[in-house]
Amino acid sequence: MNAVDPHTLTGAYALDALDSEEHEAVRRHLAECPSCAQEVLEFAETVARLGAAVAVPTPATLRSGVLERIATVRQEPPPTTRAARIRNGRRGFHRWSHWALAACIAAAAGLGGVAVRQHGLAEDARQETARARQANDAVAEVLAAPDARVSTSRIDGGAVGTVVVSASLDRAVFAASGMAPPPPGKVYQLWYDDGGAMRSAGLMDVGATAGATLLEGPVDGASGVGVTVEPAGGSPSPTSAPVALLALPTA
Amino acid sequence: MTENVWIGGVRPAAPDLPELMGRVALGDQQAFTAVFEAVSGPVLGLVRTVLRDSAQSEEVAQEVLVEVWRTAARYQPSRGSVMTWVLTLAHRRAVDRVRSEQAASNREKRVALLEHTAAYDEVVEQVEGRLEREQVRRCLRGLTELQRQSVTLAYYRGLTYREVAELLSVPLGTVKARMRDGLIRLRDCLGVGV
Repeated sequence: MNAVDPHTLTGAYALDALDSEEHEAVRRHLAECPSCAQEVLEFAETVARLGAAVAVPTPATLRSGVLERIATVRQEPPPTTRAARIRNGRRGFHRWSHWALAACIAAAAGLGGVAVRQHGLAEDARQETARARQANDAVAEVLAAPDARVSTSRIDGGAVGTVVVSASLDRAVFAASGMAPPPPGKVYQLWYDDGGAMRSAGLMDVGATAGATLLEGPVDGASGVGVTVEPAGGSPSPTSAPVALLALPTA
Repeated sequence: MTENVWIGGVRPAAPDLPELMGRVALGDQQAFTAVFEAVSGPVLGLVRTVLRDSAQSEEVAQEVLVEVWRTAARYQPSRGSVMTWVLTLAHRRAVDRVRSEQAASNREKRVALLEHTAAYDEVVEQVEGRLEREQVRRCLRGLTELQRQSVTLAYYRGLTYREVAELLSVPLGTVKARMRDGLIRLRDCLGVGV
């Protein structure tokens, strides 16, 4: 392509009328030219009106096809890692997103704490580190499983809960962000939902309200994961209404 | 909050699409269904207009709508409406499909295709006949002939500006300029603001 002034190409850009090389050149230019970027935003809104004007009724086959597929299509994680994703390009995305997710959740799960303790000299601290690392490895294994599926939903108090499940490992990981600590003397207990019957999946680590917890026991076909507030030590069955109830993503 | 009084006609359903997209990004399938109802007709209509092949159109529209689900976290309300974000995706996918087919066919076929498309008046008329919104039709008519042809051949037919220039036998620079000033005029006529 010869040296074309990208300013003159905003119209063709918004109409997708450039070849891919030129399209990229203009896209890069927009980052440095706020007035061009603004013009492109307005043009995009303008041509979308042309698009909306040729709407047709949606056939039932399209509706069912799309709604069936989204039940099994994993979503991209939130955009904190967008820059790296663009650099990596489209091809590597699927694999990469696993690791990004694993990294985000593992970081939140307190690997930082593990690192600090690694420098401690006391033997018990070292053992604890090993245990913590094993737990983290197990979490990371689920997150990085090729068949890992993610389901996210808002839970009480504005927190966001995420369940990652791997059918091949038959294990699940629960992670929450923005979850308040349990009331004094109480713990968060995790449950598998076996068609309405709750099966204990262990306690959430104290202080893990922003981290990831490997659920105890196999998923074993459970349809969902619940979180309740229980007395310290946990309960054989839930004694309160769940603060979070997430459907497990289907394979 | 008091509710505004709606005068005349059926009150249009106005789901809060940006809010719904926020929920879609968190994996909310119900929210996605509501977004789907709002955007699927325009997506399919646009893809079908560009591709002119019913079976392929549904397949491409499906890809686009699944991509909306998959990449929902990328949507930024500050950068425009949900409809625009979705239709931008849809247009690119449709255009990619058209061009990959053109690349696959040989040059002769491509020229034939362009010659076939040369009945551009027909193209524009055909598209205009399907425009539901009087405002869009009126604003398109407010463009000069060359602006209108440049914009509609690119947008509704997926032609590059080089192809448009070839088709209309006008210099490249003229087509680029007509696309831009055509869109400026359309933008102002439609009262688009971001």
